[in-house]
Amino acid sequence: MSYQGKFRVWRGDDSGGALEDFTVEVNEGEVVLDIIHRLQATQAPDLAVRWNCKAGKCGSCSAEINGRPRLMCMTRMSVFEESETITVTPMRTFPIIRDLVTDVSFNYTKAREIPSFAPPKDLAPGEYRMQQVDVERSQEFRKCIECFLCQNTCHVVRDHEENKEAFSGPRFLMRVAELEMHPLDTADRVDQAQDEHGLGYCNITKCCSEVCPEHIHITDNALIPMKERVADRKYDPIVWLGNKLFRRP
Amino acid sequence: MARAEIAARTLRTDRWWLPPLTTFVGLLLISIYAAFRTFQGDFYWVDQYHYLTPMYSPCLTEECIPAASHFGQWFPALPGFLTPPVIIIPFLLGFRITCYYYRKAYYRAAWASPPACAVAEPHSKYTGETRFPLIAQNLHRYFFYAASILLLINIYDAILAFGTGVGLGNIILLVNVGLLAAYTLSCHSCRHIAGGRLKHFSKHPVRYWMWTQISKLNNRHMLLAWTSLIFVCLTDLYVALVASGTISDLRFIN
Repeated sequence: MSYQGKFRVWRGDDSGGALEDFTVEVNEGEVVLDIIHRLQATQAPDLAVRWNCKAGKCGSCSAEINGRPRLMCMTRMSVFEESETITVTPMRTFPIIRDLVTDVSFNYTKAREIPSFAPPKDLAPGEYRMQQVDVERSQEFRKCIECFLCQNTCHVVRDHEENKEAFSGPRFLMRVAELEMHPLDTADRVDQAQDEHGLGYCNITKCCSEVCPEHIHITDNALIPMKERVADRKYDPIVWLGNKLFRRP
Repeated sequence: MARAEIAARTLRTDRWWLPPLTTFVGLLLISIYAAFRTFQGDFYWVDQYHYLTPMYSPCLTEECIPAASHFGQWFPALPGFLTPPVIIIPFLLGFRITCYYYRKAYYRAAWASPPACAVAEPHSKYTGETRFPLIAQNLHRYFFYAASILLLINIYDAILAFGTGVGLGNIILLVNVGLLAAYTLSCHSCRHIAGGRLKHFSKHPVRYWMWTQISKLNNRHMLLAWTSLIFVCLTDLYVALVASGTISDLRFIN
């Protein structure tokens, strides 16, 4: 059940590059990463590709397959026609290192800009007590494998490099939401989300949710709830008055 | 370091342009129909069966047919081409325009920002919802409050119409308010107000229950947005056809 598949793989570095054509054997049950490995083993030994677990859990092999941001290890060859030419390119949003490997350090910079979990000062580690119902919302966001496909596909930075400074991207706005919804976090995350992480840039077109290999509802469960909290704080005089008069929930 | 040199706007091979095109055509057709009916200023009330189209409810100006003004005529007759719905349409339109689902729909379909995922947008600059006018999208909750009041009025109208018996029009009005209620309740602002804004669900079990139920509806917000929008138009069309005498209402009782 094997056949000779047609592939176009982007090869190059930051000084330039192009799509190169290859014909590679494809066997039943294989994924795109298997083909890239076979290509490396048989025709292009210097092809650069980042990978690790081959199980969709490490988030290393992010790339664009036929223009769609995906994990190579989770994209089955059986979803393509045998006659189809499959294009594999590196993630567009991040600087290229070589071939399919990009420099994703933008994401690490953004991660460091988020103040860490801030429990109440009088509570020592080991004394945290939380009810499951209070933490399960943020547990969904903990499924993130940091493949950065959402960061890559978000048009705010994908199509506008100049926004990278002001906008942290869906993965890190989701991290802010995770902390904001945490029952023991005491830091003020709402103003931060809008003023320092650029939540206002998000126009909720949901591409982050569409490409997430963990199927996290990034937009509905993290970004929109954060936008609503920002609206509470900044754009809703009734809530503002209510908070002045009554204790906040 | 620079990005990989790939000139193509997108390398997607699927028909990525189809969903935004369908959305654009759908919204355009509905807008044309709604504008036509708004400014037609006629065939909104069936006196015999007390059917009032949701597009004209509440009918608050002096040019309204008196029987159709269930809540009185608060405003004088409007000048020129203006008709009674222009008083309520801004609230209904505002609710839909600032809705988190419709924002996705028209940002993609009408403004191509982006047209589809991983397809480059044509604009050279992008500031999103950080400044005027799009920062006004944050007013969604106020439109939600207004739309909720109008929904209650629509429910009242639908129930009032049963006073003359039961016909197909009654069923249509009832399904219409059902879909409108489901769409309104599934709103992200409603979900937030009901319980989403809480940090400790365990301290507010009733609000947590409400949030859970609204979250289930919220999963289908897009579906409800489209079905309720299309059905409002169909409801209006049915009332218009009966009111103009083009068709007669199918009566089950009376």
